[in-house]
Amino acid sequence: MIIGAPPAPEDRDRGGPGTPLLDVRGLTKHFGGKGGLFGKAKSGVVRAVDGIDFSVAKGETLGIVGESGCGKSTTARLVMQIIRPDAGDILFDGEAVGSQALSLGDFRRQAQMVFQDSYASLNPRLTVEETVAFGPRVQGAKPAAALAKAHDLLHRVGLEPRRFAGRYPHEISGGQRQRVNIARALSLDPRLLILDEAVSALDKSVEAQVLNLLLDLKRDFGLTYMFITHDLNVVRFMSDRIMVMYLGKVAEFGPSEPIFEKPGHPYTAALLSSMPSMDPDHRTQEAPLTGDPPNPIDPPSGCRFHPRCKMVSTLCSQAEPRLSTMGEDHLAACHLADPQSGHPRLAAA
Amino acid sequence: MSMTAEPIVEAVGLTVDFASAKGPIRAVSGVDLSLKPGETLALLGESGSGKSVSLRALMRLHPSSAKIGGSVRVDGRDVLAMSARELSAYRGKIVSMIFQDPGLAFDPVYRIGDQIAEAVMRHERVSRAEARKRALELFERVRIPSPERRLDNYPHEMSGGMRQRAMIALALACRPKVLLADEPTTALDATVQIQVLLLLRELQREFGLAIVFVTHDVGVAVEIADRIAVMYAGRIVESGPCADVIRNAAHPYTRGLLSSRSHGALGKDERLKAIPGSPPDLAAPPPGCAFGPRCESFAEVCGSAMPDNVVVSSSHIARCVRLAIRNSSQPGG
Repeated sequence: MIIGAPPAPEDRDRGGPGTPLLDVRGLTKHFGGKGGLFGKAKSGVVRAVDGIDFSVAKGETLGIVGESGCGKSTTARLVMQIIRPDAGDILFDGEAVGSQALSLGDFRRQAQMVFQDSYASLNPRLTVEETVAFGPRVQGAKPAAALAKAHDLLHRVGLEPRRFAGRYPHEISGGQRQRVNIARALSLDPRLLILDEAVSALDKSVEAQVLNLLLDLKRDFGLTYMFITHDLNVVRFMSDRIMVMYLGKVAEFGPSEPIFEKPGHPYTAALLSSMPSMDPDHRTQEAPLTGDPPNPIDPPSGCRFHPRCKMVSTLCSQAEPRLSTMGEDHLAACHLADPQSGHPRLAAA
Repeated sequence: MSMTAEPIVEAVGLTVDFASAKGPIRAVSGVDLSLKPGETLALLGESGSGKSVSLRALMRLHPSSAKIGGSVRVDGRDVLAMSARELSAYRGKIVSMIFQDPGLAFDPVYRIGDQIAEAVMRHERVSRAEARKRALELFERVRIPSPERRLDNYPHEMSGGMRQRAMIALALACRPKVLLADEPTTALDATVQIQVLLLLRELQREFGLAIVFVTHDVGVAVEIADRIAVMYAGRIVESGPCADVIRNAAHPYTRGLLSSRSHGALGKDERLKAIPGSPPDLAAPPPGCAFGPRCESFAEVCGSAMPDNVVVSSSHIARCVRLAIRNSSQPGG
């Protein structure tokens, strides 16, 4: 099952094309603080991910952006079950992860992750080919077959096996190491690849090569990506849809172009205009946001963004905005996007 | 910035060699820098290009095993000839530096206010109370909220952006003439990065600082710099006024860097124009132009010798044979 050509996509596509590959409902993770099962949580609880819903369609790239501490990496780790969610359902191709139909092991074979630190995520004592062949071998492939597969994958990610197969991680560059990590992630023929800041540590000229490689692999292997980054240029290039997170909540969700052209949440707008200008005659004159992202311990009441928001009204500190429809498949958690919210600026408009 | 002012920083033929198991490595091979008071120069390059090594050489922060060659003059002094005593009077007072990781720049077991006051007292004959007053002024100046209370913070009690502001306050404590910045915004979120860049621009105007700003991000260089020098494999391959370098990039490497950026809307399935290959191993650099093996306009002549600087326009120069050939075929051009 592992060796040779990956199983035909139609064999594995159990839910059909209409079923999202990943469907996440009410995902929640709070760190620290000991609350009883039904009791109130004590203070000091970090609300890293606080009840988020999203889905990833088959074959798409979902970009996740936000400042540090917004919960984007925690979301990835929760999906992979590297850390256990406190609450929430994760459906993979229509089946609950960890259920009878889809055991955790089965799920993890189909979902793989690539991390930011290319060096720390490799075993320094394994050569490049051993690293890539490791997964298939553990899954019962014959050593020769696993090695042949590793060589094929190394070739696919642009590392000529004859030159690179026998090298150790410290003998290759950061860009090459990240290619090894990508090859390893592909070694079990996954359907979902979670890329957590996978190109952030690379030099710009190398980053472009790896992004192009990811596009090629996605097409050739029929992959679905969750692409987490703080670089908005990269996310725009890579993503079909984008989820903007703020302090453990979804601030905005929708197709990439509408979000960049006409952001529905003031936070998304501020994030976009924080990108350095590329025009020497029109440098940024005023910072769109002041201060650092607030601490997810004890987040602000109502809309979590309200203390930094230019459009704030008293309503914003009292009521939490719901996700309102901005356009087709485009949602924003802002009172201004909700005609029924009673935000004073709506009446003025 | 006056055009006639004497340069405050002038490095000529700067080289830095490190010893390694593979033999000596020339991390910087012949860098010329010239900076006037009130001017900002961005050193733009990838890891291993020698940008940080050049910066540190201006303050002689390298271990004694590193060999620095060429000449470095700052504010009329010969930096490479300074004794240990002269160096410690020079560092912090004439030139100071801010780093990528302020968490490492501060001592974790002392309060930040005390660390700033200590720097002031080291260079100026003032009382502790006065030094502390200076620290408070600086905290207000870099806009740290509730500055009085924050002076008593330990470094770990501040967020990343605030620590970076505190480090800027520390660097400016003795009113230096030159600020060296080594990727000070790289670890920050974009929303905080732009605040710090604007703050540096403002402080520069106010104090008349000359800034050398090392970065790998073209966008950051555009936001901060008057001039940009692009480094590759230990050399400056192109330099000039910010707008000229960005709009009229002459060196194939600079052009490659600019076009490999994904910005703006790209069509579906469009690919980035990536520069192939990776930067050279400095222990075994390629013959001739170091960028040759990755260059799309590589010609035989590129492999024979490192090209000299060619004038593109008044103060815009680039090291590329192609430009020399073009210039010689256009007399007076």
